[in-house]
Amino acid sequence: MKIVSGHFYGDNGKMKEYHYTGPVEHRFSPYSFNGGTVLAVAGEDFAIVASDTRLSEGYSIHSRDSPKCYKLTNTTVIGCSGFHGDCLTLTKIIDARLKMYKHSNNKSMTSGAIAAMLSTILYGRRFFPYYVYNIIGGLDEEGKGAVYSFDPVGSYQRDTYKAGGSASAMLQPLLDNQIGFKNMEGVQHLPLNQEKAVQLVKDVFISAAERDVYTGDALRICIVTKEGIKEETVPLRKD
Amino acid sequence: MALQDLCGFKDSFLNSRWNFPASHRMAQEDTSMLFGKRTRDISSRGLSWSNSESPLHLYIPAAEYLSESPIQFGQINPNTAPYHITPLHQDSTLPFLSFPPGFPPSSSPSVPLPFPMSHGTTTLAFMFQGGVIAAADTRSSCNGLVACPASQKILPVHSHLVGTTSGTSADCALWKRILARELRLYQLRHGRRLSTAGAAKLLAHMLHPFKGTELCVAATLCGWDGGEVETCPLDRLYYVCSDGTRLQGALFSVGSGSPYAYSVLDGGVRWGLTVEEAISLAREAVYRATHRDAYSGNCVDVYHITSHGWTRRDREELREERLWRKVGQNLVLNLHLSCFL
Repeated sequence: MKIVSGHFYGDNGKMKEYHYTGPVEHRFSPYSFNGGTVLAVAGEDFAIVASDTRLSEGYSIHSRDSPKCYKLTNTTVIGCSGFHGDCLTLTKIIDARLKMYKHSNNKSMTSGAIAAMLSTILYGRRFFPYYVYNIIGGLDEEGKGAVYSFDPVGSYQRDTYKAGGSASAMLQPLLDNQIGFKNMEGVQHLPLNQEKAVQLVKDVFISAAERDVYTGDALRICIVTKEGIKEETVPLRKD
Repeated sequence: MALQDLCGFKDSFLNSRWNFPASHRMAQEDTSMLFGKRTRDISSRGLSWSNSESPLHLYIPAAEYLSESPIQFGQINPNTAPYHITPLHQDSTLPFLSFPPGFPPSSSPSVPLPFPMSHGTTTLAFMFQGGVIAAADTRSSCNGLVACPASQKILPVHSHLVGTTSGTSADCALWKRILARELRLYQLRHGRRLSTAGAAKLLAHMLHPFKGTELCVAATLCGWDGGEVETCPLDRLYYVCSDGTRLQGALFSVGSGSPYAYSVLDGGVRWGLTVEEAISLAREAVYRATHRDAYSGNCVDVYHITSHGWTRRDREELREERLWRKVGQNLVLNLHLSCFL
């Protein structure tokens, strides 16, 4: 009995049948999609990593208080969305590797180093990947904001802003326009200051919660500056 | 390093490589680093994993080729290795890592992936009297979503070798990195750079164990062998694919936009092109391909390889081109209309 689901597209990209079509074998899938959206923005001397706190699966919400930002060091925060089981294991592995590095090198890993390490950790599972979309936000060695975005198998690059997770396709064009000033004619390219960036992130998540069912409940913002990491929680739609 | 010796950690030289911090990333910005001027930051070496006991055991698919490849590289006696590459040869025995049985899987993976990987591109390379030109678009797409509009598809391997990448971006980035490391090791051991043909053969053999898996790398290696006077002028361009293809040629285009690029290139490529003509031809080919292929777009990167090494042209936004062409076309149309009136 084919289960009616909210996903309109099957694995091969074609539209799925929305009603019973005949006997179908369902194999056990080790993956599951738990929703959630993550966003990171890099400024001149700050970085912001924000995520919603909803944990869902299919039609159910498992938790309204499951943030997806994890603090790694004093200058780096990672946001992981996708399959929650893999997110938890991956962050445990990263924490362990950070500790080992600290013990053998007597210093904390820099954001760029963490990004390179994460790329190899993810590629180490190339043939049974971690189903996690990662975005690292932090300060680089010069104190400037840095955002590194990853795909599930470890391809990464440094960006100024990036959205990942279920509402990423909705948020990324908005960020391109508002932060990157793309696709606009005759606008002044103003540099982004911290207050404006935080306000933009809040507005953007409110919009995402309106249109994406897997995003909502609350927004957790982590602001990384040289003084440390500040956390803020903002309520979002709960429906 | 000391901790490893005390605990008797079994270390694969690949594992320790992956533990190095970002400073050992392939030097895309500074290719001079690849030729002996780089001093390894000894204090920043990380610990590596023991093979089987650790629950967080990290296995690298790359190690597979060491036990199965016919080429023996990395087999020097650890006692005679100079200090700089000691961490790469802690273990004299191969293979280092215990792979799960059936790895790499010989048929399609039993676990269907829930997400698509990045594919779709236009890359091209051709050679002419002034060297080799490599060009590519910069769009990285994931099943309909543009994952990155500004990715880099042409990766320098060393000062005289550049590779265009097509296929899965994670695979291409990693294998280029591995290739760069192996070429550097060859250069240190033999005192000369490996030729483009040799690099192509090396890459093809490294990818061979993964034939049949979902690894997808289709690269063209563009290089210059020898000094000012080339040892073999025809041997600058190779196409290597993860399905086992390795071809030498004068003109290649790879990716979903390649048919469109081929049509433009076939019409214009000659041995006697000047450098400016060749560069504008390459840009035109990529532009035409991005115009018609949905999975190619955004900007175009052009690299030019000569006896002095590679030079990179600034990335250009193709949208401006389109606007200018439209203006030009409108002018021509107006002229025609006025003729008929």
